[in-house]
Amino acid sequence: MAVVKAAAYILAHAPDLVRYGSKPWREIAQNPALGERLRSHLRPFEAAAAYPPNQVFVGNLRPDALHEVPEPWYAHPVPEAGPHGRFGGLLPQPALYRALKRADQFDLIGLDTRWLADLPGGEGVRGWPADRIAQAVAAEQALPLYDGPQQVGCIRPAHEQDESLTAQVLLENFAAKATGAFALEALLAQTGLEPAAVEYILSCSEEAVGDRYNRGGGNLAKAIGELTGCGRATGSDVKAFCAAPIYALVHAAALVEARVFQRIAVVGGGSLAKLGMKFLGHLDRGMPVLEDVLGGMAFLVAPDDGQAPRIRLDAVGKHDIAAGSAPQAIMEALVARPLEQLGMKLCDVGKYAAELHNPEVTVPSGSGNVPRTNYRMIAALAVLRREIGPRDMEDFIRARGMPGYAPTQGHIPAGVPFVGHALAMMAAGELDRAMFIAKGSLFLGRMTQLSDGLSFLLERP
Amino acid sequence: MDLENQATIKRLAEEHGAEHLVVVLGATEAEGLELAAETVTAGDPSYAGPLAGVSLRLPVYHILEPEVTEGLPAELVEEKLGMMAMVADVGRISEVLTRRRQALMTA
Repeated sequence: MAVVKAAAYILAHAPDLVRYGSKPWREIAQNPALGERLRSHLRPFEAAAAYPPNQVFVGNLRPDALHEVPEPWYAHPVPEAGPHGRFGGLLPQPALYRALKRADQFDLIGLDTRWLADLPGGEGVRGWPADRIAQAVAAEQALPLYDGPQQVGCIRPAHEQDESLTAQVLLENFAAKATGAFALEALLAQTGLEPAAVEYILSCSEEAVGDRYNRGGGNLAKAIGELTGCGRATGSDVKAFCAAPIYALVHAAALVEARVFQRIAVVGGGSLAKLGMKFLGHLDRGMPVLEDVLGGMAFLVAPDDGQAPRIRLDAVGKHDIAAGSAPQAIMEALVARPLEQLGMKLCDVGKYAAELHNPEVTVPSGSGNVPRTNYRMIAALAVLRREIGPRDMEDFIRARGMPGYAPTQGHIPAGVPFVGHALAMMAAGELDRAMFIAKGSLFLGRMTQLSDGLSFLLERP
Repeated sequence: MDLENQATIKRLAEEHGAEHLVVVLGATEAEGLELAAETVTAGDPSYAGPLAGVSLRLPVYHILEPEVTEGLPAELVEEKLGMMAMVADVGRISEVLTRRRQALMTA
């Protein structure tokens, strides 16, 4: 059996990259006045750090603690919340920019020498003079990088004609690389594991690294491993839309169980494209733009040590190609069938972690409360299977579900934000079994009309 | 309603005639549902899609409304829709769409 030894989570505050998210980028191009409105709704780092869902994400609060926080959550910061988290922490934007530069081996990112000189930790970074940055932005199709109103750097394209190496694509890829590396570093710090002890890295990030002949060619895993000093590891990427982290954890557990590799890091970097995705809804309601953080997460999968929780590879829930895309068919395949295989009932699972999108982000733009809908579906399955009565649905949801708290970064909310809390709760004897579920919208890429999904059970030894 | 769906509905209305079509919705958020229903009756309220300014006046129902489910085999309803019938607020959905259909009849 393979176990999950540890989980790390980071959030990088990136308010001045929100304009480069896909939705703001397109909307501002059509209506430039929106850019100013967007900027006036951005939060300072302290507000993002004290935001209750972010404190849950980095491990300082349990998910169920959000039941006690009055809404709106953004108006009720966690008192004395800092950037440090039990599972990792939050990084301010200047630290993110430094990390982007550290991830850049081709001198594509230029940070202003004078800005770096005033920055704590900036002295070790080689900067660009201001006129070099101005020239790149004016004549080389570079994207300016801002910190507040100040332009502090730029990122330039790596090729004049290559649409896979434009400044915007590269920024997306560097954002995933840098935040993935932060998460992996947090994992190593948490476990005390030497970087050289990692044998294999699986990246489940959402980006497409490659050039014109090889769009999405990938292997961000290896680039993240190099940046983190995992010199004795190799790696590869797992691509499966938002469900990729579940696939990657199942693959990692299988590789461990088959004794191919013993210590595997599964890592996911943040998604620049999804920054500000729902910002119009937030502006309309006079809310801060809440999608201002890039997520990062990392998990250590290793052989059974009799202590850490086990991934049950004998009951992986899968959505078959022929299963159809009806929600009922998907949930039966992912939740009911694997439990049946083990002779278990839905009530034998203490917590379900399914697509933990923060509802405060999604509800204002009409996308609904994703986790709540998922939990209602699971509870409805329990009713259909006569495990509970229709009147017990709310109790089932309260006990076995949780409020959503993950940033809406595609693969990041995919159930796995709860792995860290599950490990802590299992170590404390508060939880025996948790199920992790993620679904993927394969149809978005236009190669199929299919949906997708995968689930696994994590069990206390 | 996304632009692709709007384009498909517009094309079907042109091919078959709006009087031969009924729209059956599946989404369960009442707010999004109201917008979708408005789009296929009065036209796209966001003026972004192919149905902007196009009033098709199509009758619109939800797959979970009794008007639809009563016409389907009971076993199929249980197998495919039983779970969502418990998840969605069918009463509220029905209220929203009934209002829309009544407006069509009186307008």
